Amino acid sequence: MTADQGGWDGPEPDRLYVITRGRSGPSGPGVFDLVTLIVSLAEPTPAMQPEHAAILRLCRSPLSVAEVSAYLELPTSVVTVLLADLLDDGRIEARAAVPAAELPDRALLEAVIHGLQRL
Amino acid sequence: MDYSGSDTVVGPASADLLPDTVTTAVKVVIVGGFGVGKTTLVGAVSEIRPLTTEETMTQAGVGVDDPTGVERKTSTTVAMDFGRISISDKLVLYVFGTPGQERFWFLWNGLFEGALGAVVLVDTRRLEVSFEVIGRLEDRGVPFVVAVNGFPEAPSYPLDELRQALDLPSEVPIVACDARSRESSRNTLMALMHYLYELAAPPAG
Repeated sequence: MTADQGGWDGPEPDRLYVITRGRSGPSGPGVFDLVTLIVSLAEPTPAMQPEHAAILRLCRSPLSVAEVSAYLELPTSVVTVLLADLLDDGRIEARAAVPAAELPDRALLEAVIHGLQRL
Repeated sequence: MDYSGSDTVVGPASADLLPDTVTTAVKVVIVGGFGVGKTTLVGAVSEIRPLTTEETMTQAGVGVDDPTGVERKTSTTVAMDFGRISISDKLVLYVFGTPGQERFWFLWNGLFEGALGAVVLVDTRRLEVSFEVIGRLEDRGVPFVVAVNGFPEAPSYPLDELRQALDLPSEVPIVACDARSRESSRNTLMALMHYLYELAAPPAG
């Protein structure tokens, strides 16, 4: 790749479109929350798009969508497109966040309180 | 610019890996103006070095009523810092800091969806941002507590006066906080959790 070193100001949105092959992230609530935990179910293969392979390597232990985005240095809207590919192919598991639009139950809150007390 | 390729992506340090037993993640949001101490608070409680994620808004008019219907595509990028607290071998809590100014509200859809609640971090030198944030959270039905970050040079008011100044409903907790302190920041999160616990209580009688 011989992209011009000096011709761009700031992050290049075009590169992001290349990574997602022109697709943009779903608008509205999708499968992936920022804290949906991603776990790899497969190993990367040489034929894979590098970003897909990187996600599979990162998520050998559970990692939230936000963490994947941070480590890849890609916006979450791009990461969720890549994750959707991997989910469709059965290469990752998505451990969904607590359902929205519900007040959290007291058992969950008790667990969080106990956990914070140990901090 | 040369994309360095994914082989060079540096993942979490081995000490920062979550066990495979973790099945559930929950999140809370720290919201406040620039410089109010959101990142400091996140760093004080996080078990990992705080990370930064970017969110982009690449379509015009997301969350904005644009009467002209222009097709001009805007690309706004905002960085959010976040940290992580392992609660148990099954449960992990993420803490996100997000700017409170109205122009960043496009972030809020994904952020508050499914969030347990929020901490509004207040700087007494700049109360006006807090007004907007509190109104917006009330509109969205997001439960929140207010934490007043103590800056040495900031005017110090009794919490009762601040409650009045912010026009806070009587049931909403307001606490003093030192975002640099792990214990104080932890206690702020605890205040939120106790409040949420009360809200989740079955109605008396």
